[in-house]
Amino acid sequence: MTALLEIRDLKAEIAGKQILNGYDLTVKAGEVHAIMGPNGSGKSTLSYVLSGRPGYKITEGQALLAGADLSQMSVDERAAAGLFLAFQYPLEVPGVATMTFLRAALNAQRKKRGEEEMSSPDLIKRVKELAKILDMDMEMLRRPVNVGFSGGEKKRAETLQMMLLEPKLCILDETDSGLDIDALKVVSNGVNQLRSKDRGIVVITHYQRLLDYITPDVVHVQSAGRIVRTGGKELALELEETGYARYQSEAA
Amino acid sequence: MAAVQETVEQVRRVGADQYKYGFITDIESDLAPKGLSEEVIRFISAKKGEPEWMLEWRLEAYRRWLTMTEPKWARVDYPAIDYQDLYYYAAPKSTAGPKSLDEVDPELLRTYEKLGIPLHEREILAGVERPEGEERPRVAVDAVFDSVSVATTFKEELKKSGVIFCPISEALREHPELVRKYLGTVVPTSDNYFATLNSAVFSDGSFVYIPPGVRCPMELSTYFRINEKNTGQFERTLIIADKGSYVSYLEGCTAPKRDENQLHAAVVELVTLDDAEIKYSTVQNWYPGDENGKGGIYNFVTKRGDCRGANSKISWTQVETGSAITWKYPSCVLRGDNSRGEFYSIAISNGRQQVDSGTKMIHLGKGTTSRIISKGISAGRSSNAYRGLVSAHRKAEGARNFTNCDSLLIGDACSAHTIPYIEAKNPSCVFEHEATTSKISEDVLFYCMQRGLSQEDATALVVNGFVRDVLQQLPMEFAVEAQKLISVSLEGSVG
Repeated sequence: MTALLEIRDLKAEIAGKQILNGYDLTVKAGEVHAIMGPNGSGKSTLSYVLSGRPGYKITEGQALLAGADLSQMSVDERAAAGLFLAFQYPLEVPGVATMTFLRAALNAQRKKRGEEEMSSPDLIKRVKELAKILDMDMEMLRRPVNVGFSGGEKKRAETLQMMLLEPKLCILDETDSGLDIDALKVVSNGVNQLRSKDRGIVVITHYQRLLDYITPDVVHVQSAGRIVRTGGKELALELEETGYARYQSEAA
Repeated sequence: MAAVQETVEQVRRVGADQYKYGFITDIESDLAPKGLSEEVIRFISAKKGEPEWMLEWRLEAYRRWLTMTEPKWARVDYPAIDYQDLYYYAAPKSTAGPKSLDEVDPELLRTYEKLGIPLHEREILAGVERPEGEERPRVAVDAVFDSVSVATTFKEELKKSGVIFCPISEALREHPELVRKYLGTVVPTSDNYFATLNSAVFSDGSFVYIPPGVRCPMELSTYFRINEKNTGQFERTLIIADKGSYVSYLEGCTAPKRDENQLHAAVVELVTLDDAEIKYSTVQNWYPGDENGKGGIYNFVTKRGDCRGANSKISWTQVETGSAITWKYPSCVLRGDNSRGEFYSIAISNGRQQVDSGTKMIHLGKGTTSRIISKGISAGRSSNAYRGLVSAHRKAEGARNFTNCDSLLIGDACSAHTIPYIEAKNPSCVFEHEATTSKISEDVLFYCMQRGLSQEDATALVVNGFVRDVLQQLPMEFAVEAQKLISVSLEGSVG
């Protein structure tokens, strides 16, 4: 069976500086992987390289999404192919109502996949269901995208987008940063509802805390731009005890 | 080599598809002799069957124009215009004499159909869907084709409420006293080079009179189309809102794609008497020229409203996406005490377009207020300038203005300029000015694209958000159309 995400000996740079140094990672459908590591180890870089952020350049190796070479696809094509990145710092889009944004994004993806657009009544119904799960006020969805949202509201909005778009591969970049415990529970609950045998989830996090709520199948430790250790969920607990110091020295 | 050729052709096709109103109507025209002279002016006046005083008015303007020089202060650059190489009058041959809607040349009806403009009274403007059960708003249309009005709808129904809505040439014949009383009182024949030229040679445009206390029962609109080659369009619009009346008026403009530049020098005069209000909206989509700056309309327009009466109000809303060169400053003279002027503008430039546009708010009366919201978007290799004046004269006790000018840059080959003038001669007035210039954020575009939007759709979404405050000012029926127009105008602006 083809892996959902297959990264082989990936090297990538930004502004001439190499950040990923021979990255290997395989995520199968149905799995939840956690990538942990010290600050500056290139965790966010991985998410940007995979999603195709301008300026992030693959120099060697390969990243395949369901067998398709990501480096040959534009940012929006990757999105339509099912790659979703929940941003650590979601961007504001002034003047564009969240509901308008959701409609535009969903229908753009559907159109690219040759599917029919979702009608407005169906969309509103679906968004209402999701907002309820995420304990969000519908009033928030009339406000411009992320403008004036609190940290928690932004992360809920990201999760709502992810649930609506139903991607094949979800990459959560430090979703727990800036969340209080109640918001963390709500957002985790949303993510857990997305767990399915057809979907892969990659949770990038510095702290073990989030993994109390989203239980990973596999935990990786990343350091200096590559994965240096892989284990089960107990690895996260071990890291909580020992910290990242030894991985930093190992890499150096 | 073959691949290169294919790419070139593809690009060309994309360019051709962008401006969807670029077709030419094949219709035989009645033209004035080429060039400008007293004879040509007499020809135009005779064609319109005008009274003698009107001809004299035109000739006087013409003689004055001969002594004037073209203004050069705007941030626009274009080769000298040869005023003797233009036709000043072109009319479809079939339009001779007044006629009912059923008699209009089918070729013309098809043209307007293609443009989405209904000339049948049971229809409404194309492109607007409404929820079932909700009544469709009716819009009366005056369709001006080159130098003549070819049809005006709902005239009879409007007449019942006393509203006069007709081509200005017809108004000159049927309501000469009204036209004579107001024509040139807001924009005098001596105003500026292009307005003076217009006064000499103006052909058609709309005339609107709303009687005291009447709220015009429907939206009025004029649709301008330049078709004929080497022809200037010089329309003249005059709208009078008598005491306590209200009217909302919209104009739309398109032209075929031609390699030669075409001149459009219009004059619009608005007058509001006590407690009256005029809401004037423009969706300007003249052919902007190709990506190398070839062809396109020179749009040199003088638009001014006079809040002559106390507590009256004039509001300009414009969505400017077309024209190779735009030189346009819809203004308000706030003469009546407590009168109010508003200017809401979206000006988008792409390719090689050059825009120098803005407004003037002249506060003369006590307690007058004004508001300016301008959103400029520059893309491609275009130049986009906001030029504005807010002034208060000595007697304008307690005048207030709020101005907000935002510019958005897309790409790194375009430019934006903000040139505000503020003059306060009365110490009690309060003028506020806010301005921002920003580049479209790569990060925001990446965010939108990560959600599945193409680069162009992402740009259009961000731009629509940027201009939302102004779009909300447009009558609902046109806001949808304007939004689409903005997306189309920005095609090919990124990358």
